Amino acid sequence: MKLLKRLLGAFCASLMTLLGTAALAQAPVEVPFFFPVAVGGPITKIIDGYAADFEKDNAGIKLHPIYSGSYQDTIAKALTAVKSGDPPVTSILLSTDMYTLIDEDAIVPFDDLIKTDADRAWLKSFYPAFMENSQTGGKTWGIPFQRSTIVLYYNKDAFKEAGLDPNRPPGTWKEMADYAAKLTKRDAAGNVTQWGVQIPSSGFPYWLFQGLALENGVNLMNAAGTEVYYDKPEVIGALQYWLDLINKTKVHPPGIVEWGTTPKDFFERKVAMMWTTTGNLTNVRSNAKFDFGVAMLPANKRRGSPTGGGNFYLFKQAKPEQQAAAFKFVKWITSPSRAAQWGIDTGYVAVRPDAWETPEMKKYVAEFPPAAVARDQLQFAVAELSTHDNQRVTKALNDGLQAALTGSKPAEQAMKDAQREADRLLKSYRK
Amino acid sequence: MTRSANWLYGWLLLLPAAAMLALFTHYPAVTTLWHSFESTPKAARPAIFVGVENYRQLTDDPIFWKSLTNNLWYAAGTIPLSIGLALLMAVWVNGKLAGRGFLRLAYFTPTVLPMIAVANIWLFFYTPEYGLLEQVRSVFGLPAQNWLGSRNSALGCLMIVAVWKEAGFFMIFYLAALQQMSPNLAEAAAIEGASRWYFFRRVTLPLLMPTTLFVLVNAVINAFRLVDHVVVMTRGGPDNATELLLYYIYEIGFRFQDSAYAAALTIVLLALLGSAALAQFWFLERKVHYQ
Repeated sequence: MKLLKRLLGAFCASLMTLLGTAALAQAPVEVPFFFPVAVGGPITKIIDGYAADFEKDNAGIKLHPIYSGSYQDTIAKALTAVKSGDPPVTSILLSTDMYTLIDEDAIVPFDDLIKTDADRAWLKSFYPAFMENSQTGGKTWGIPFQRSTIVLYYNKDAFKEAGLDPNRPPGTWKEMADYAAKLTKRDAAGNVTQWGVQIPSSGFPYWLFQGLALENGVNLMNAAGTEVYYDKPEVIGALQYWLDLINKTKVHPPGIVEWGTTPKDFFERKVAMMWTTTGNLTNVRSNAKFDFGVAMLPANKRRGSPTGGGNFYLFKQAKPEQQAAAFKFVKWITSPSRAAQWGIDTGYVAVRPDAWETPEMKKYVAEFPPAAVARDQLQFAVAELSTHDNQRVTKALNDGLQAALTGSKPAEQAMKDAQREADRLLKSYRK
Repeated sequence: MTRSANWLYGWLLLLPAAAMLALFTHYPAVTTLWHSFESTPKAARPAIFVGVENYRQLTDDPIFWKSLTNNLWYAAGTIPLSIGLALLMAVWVNGKLAGRGFLRLAYFTPTVLPMIAVANIWLFFYTPEYGLLEQVRSVFGLPAQNWLGSRNSALGCLMIVAVWKEAGFFMIFYLAALQQMSPNLAEAAAIEGASRWYFFRRVTLPLLMPTTLFVLVNAVINAFRLVDHVVVMTRGGPDNATELLLYYIYEIGFRFQDSAYAAALTIVLLALLGSAALAQFWFLERKVHYQ
């Protein structure tokens, strides 16, 4: 329907130009824009609203927001469109797709468009943790928009029942394991009715696992995206900690834990603590029928979480005036007040410190303190796993993790196999 | 009309369908074959001819072999089961029984539903802890199972969904064939004193052979073609336990953007399906018709 309306609008507009009634010297600049939806809530409605507001302030630019499925669907569509010569002007894609997009020569850096001091100040206004995945080789390829980190959600009622202090979430690995043991409930037959903790492992287990690896003191890759460290002893140790929760202390559900149903497991009180994205905050707030808390991920050698989520990219094949129009939109939507509003509407972390100083955000945090946890965790956050040939290198780790979690390989062998595969894939990028 | 005008007329009538087929089936198939001998074009590196390099890579790719064996198991599990079940259901709803129309509809419903919707329903059945299967399981006090999250059960779970989805569709063909069958045959057999099982085995089943061939060809194609539920339920996981050939091609082609390797895999799939179809038509066709 919306598309029809837009088409009709475009048709009317072109008719008016034809009739010469429009005194404007030139037709509006068309900016098709792909966006994925990865969390609950009326995201398409919110984005369409932003687009309409932007057009009101900027006559002469026609924005076409196109909902394009999941992140995976969106990158597939965008790259296919690049190959057929008709890509969008801008798109929100995973921050980790940066190397892939550069290797495909699909995008242009923002640097060429940044000319004024105001623009330079704007570029410096984002949290550094979010820029790590947005810059490489001295250029800025992505602008942070819907960004997240992993946090731990816990059921305060379950904490009380287990005799734990509901205002003191686990701060270390040991505490999380101890708490989980107390929170795991079994029936007379020995079947578990409530698990202590769960870390999802379907689809993209590497992301949650990167949190564990960071907490154990190492990151999974180098900054140039040409090396991964899947078989470092600390990484194997991190996997062993996860496996022990499942096999030794039996406080974590066995096998593969589905990402999509993890929030539901939490609402149904099947699990007392869960790891998931801050992007789910608004979802949990509206659906949990008990008092819940949000905490930073527990530390072992240090605290840590990967960042996640999507950046804006500019496509190379677009005309310069289209790129300029898209750049204007990106600046507009990442202004402090809009970044704050987007964070409040979804649960994503507002991407710049001054967004947290706006009156709306201050009011929101005062009413709902968990919203600030992800922000406070940013000082410990680092870039999400991203390398050249990213999807394949990541799949090697995902396969290894799933093999270990389902018990077909021990931790060390699973990680060594993943490393060998990743090295094979990355060899041609090391010069 | 002259002979040549007739000839032209015939070709003109065939042209629209032939053009569509050439454009959307034959041309892509030929270009796929060509691309499978080239490297994947990247921004700075245009495609070059690499000969059988992609096929050599394929023989060393453990995930390809895994997806191939998975797919063969999947075919071996789903094809006989869904055909057998379809025949059973068709014979049953062909008989005179109360509520026959309703029963036929019930059996056919899974076919009408889109696979994506079906997969989402089954996803709930298989959910650990509070899924339907687990709720039934807990009544009997059996140990908990993570159906889709364990390497041993995930592929079996997908096979059940496929059988459930396909059997109703094949039933319709059997039902149509059964209704075509003359009642005289049953009456004559009854007069001769043939038992119902004997009649089914020696008369009904042979007369159904052409339908069985048709259904078999479709079942084989579907066993390699239907991967929608993989996308929804497991995405090939855990650790490639449910990786099927077509889904692997999708991953290579559109997630990894390696179009040349995907082309080589596609050729393998095409060769596999083509030879299966040929074998079915050439070898079975002769034995199918009841003379």
